[in-house]
Amino acid sequence: MGAYVSPVREPLIIGNKTYHQITEDICTPTEKTPTKQFVIGFILAATFLALYVFSITWTVWVGIGSWNLNRTIGWGWDITNFVWWVGIGHAGTLISAILLLFRQKWRTGVNRAAEAMTIFAVICAGQFPIIHMGRVWMAIFIFPYPNTRGPLWTNFNSPLFWDVFAISTYFTVSLLFWYTGLVPDFATVRDRASGWRRKLYSNLAFGWTGSAKHWQRWESLSLVLAGLSTPLVLSVHTIVSFDFATSVIPGWHTTIFPPYFVAGAIFSGFAMVQTLMLVCRKTMKLEDYITLEHIESMNKVILLTGTIVGVAYLTELFIAWYSGYLYEQFAFYNRVFGPYWWSYFGMMGCNVISPQIFWVKKFRRSIFITFFMSIFINIGMWFERFVIIATTLARDYLPSSWSYYSPTWVEICLFLGSLGLFFTCFLIFARFAPVVAIAEIKSILKTAGDNYIGPNAVHAPHHDTHSVEEDNHSHH
Amino acid sequence: MRSLNKNILFGLYNDENELLGALDKARKAHLDIFDVYTPFPVHGLDPLLGLSESRLHEAGFVFGLTGTMTAFGFMSWAFVKDWPIIFGGKPYWPAPSFIPVTFELTVLFAAIGMVVSFYTVCGMGPGIKNPTLDDRITDDKFCIAFDTSGLNSNELNDLNSFLTSTGASEIHTKYI
Repeated sequence: MGAYVSPVREPLIIGNKTYHQITEDICTPTEKTPTKQFVIGFILAATFLALYVFSITWTVWVGIGSWNLNRTIGWGWDITNFVWWVGIGHAGTLISAILLLFRQKWRTGVNRAAEAMTIFAVICAGQFPIIHMGRVWMAIFIFPYPNTRGPLWTNFNSPLFWDVFAISTYFTVSLLFWYTGLVPDFATVRDRASGWRRKLYSNLAFGWTGSAKHWQRWESLSLVLAGLSTPLVLSVHTIVSFDFATSVIPGWHTTIFPPYFVAGAIFSGFAMVQTLMLVCRKTMKLEDYITLEHIESMNKVILLTGTIVGVAYLTELFIAWYSGYLYEQFAFYNRVFGPYWWSYFGMMGCNVISPQIFWVKKFRRSIFITFFMSIFINIGMWFERFVIIATTLARDYLPSSWSYYSPTWVEICLFLGSLGLFFTCFLIFARFAPVVAIAEIKSILKTAGDNYIGPNAVHAPHHDTHSVEEDNHSHH
Repeated sequence: MRSLNKNILFGLYNDENELLGALDKARKAHLDIFDVYTPFPVHGLDPLLGLSESRLHEAGFVFGLTGTMTAFGFMSWAFVKDWPIIFGGKPYWPAPSFIPVTFELTVLFAAIGMVVSFYTVCGMGPGIKNPTLDDRITDDKFCIAFDTSGLNSNELNDLNSFLTSTGASEIHTKYI
């Protein structure tokens, strides 16, 4: 293998690892009795999930009247939650697809968990538009199926219809991509297991043997799926932003929305990855695989996307003023100084101002600060969605229909409950699947490991300025 | 579990560089290798084994194109031929409106088609259990396997000495 070790990169795998040690470290959490922390976390998450089920049941039973939406403000916490969750989903695909195309090796430490996060976030997101329908069984009508009414088809011009296809495609492709990556690792767990666990993982591993031809096809598949997922992930939040941008509501009808939504999505997604990874690496003892280098890299992405989002906020304000259009100007004046001023300043504070501390290397590498920032950013991004949706609707063209909206307990419980669904899914995943991609970590061990101690180890000091050629089989 | 009805002689190596070195020698000696198993994708393996490039991406292109045509064709047919409706004063055939869904279905068809093709050609899938040679192959062992069915004792000895001389840490036989 032509193993080039960059002199400026820090190792991505710390400690003296052999291939076997990697298997041990990553498989062990799935094999041991769950820890007390895990059980407490799981019970807590499951309680919130129960709350979610209860609030959905309440909404369907009593009707949408149990919420505080009104004729002026037709979208409130429900659609805010939808956009927020879809956004969170974006980081997983960015890490696993875009960073694969850019050959960023640090993604191997976090891609598995980030993709799992994507899938669970999209599951949460997809439910809100359906719950919002109130009569949830009507969801069938959003699909173009041969029907007895003509057949009368759905409106293919509608961004809400595009959204159905964007979200469901995104979910399916992410799931396929994630599972295909998991198959070799399930085989690793299978081959260490006995009894019922061996049976379970035999089924999950789909009969993987590790044959050379299978690996070749697997790599080819991963690469093309990454290539497909890259425009897909950009399209998803673009299409979500079309839900707003194609309307004629001042404050929504702007061409900046697609890139601004995508940047915000990656921003909030990385924040959620940080929250999860910091807890995972600590509780599952994965500090050697999810290193400070990984955390710093992600903080750099957060700084970049947070700044892009900040520029977008300011651009919106400038363009509103520059347009000379009264309604547009009022919409943005209202956003900043109107009845929801507190959510605008919450958004600005959390999303634009606070990430700027990541210009300082010490803060980028501080676990404590990163954890608080990740929570801050997720709050800020929730505010952003709320500002765009509720603030804009509250003050429309006719002052006589102006209104104010605050959620009922049902809406609040739906949001808190969706967090329960998300964390329950994630904890089940962390319990049963290797949370770090074992095979991918092994494939970078010799080039990005701290100190590989197997047979034929070439100790490549990282301050060395030469490339290390272990032998002449170059990879193409 | 499906049986391949083969007697396999295999050697386990501890490192991928030893494996690559051994395969280089095997190629020069024109040995007929049944298969090579590794715990992770080892680069440089394909030319040594004479594996041609995977054609999965070509299949992906065809699946994607099917998705493009299905989406665009269906929406055009529904709005122009089956039930023409005017939405907001736009033409019957509002092609730009079809772009998002056409794109999504292109990606969806390509992804599903390729993944299904992958599992099919690899002989894998839910509930399928293929025979494996050693449990450590998915951990840290690199394996070269020979099919010894119908070989005489001289040829067997040659394979054994090849495995020993190229640094295999263990040599086993197994019927799969």
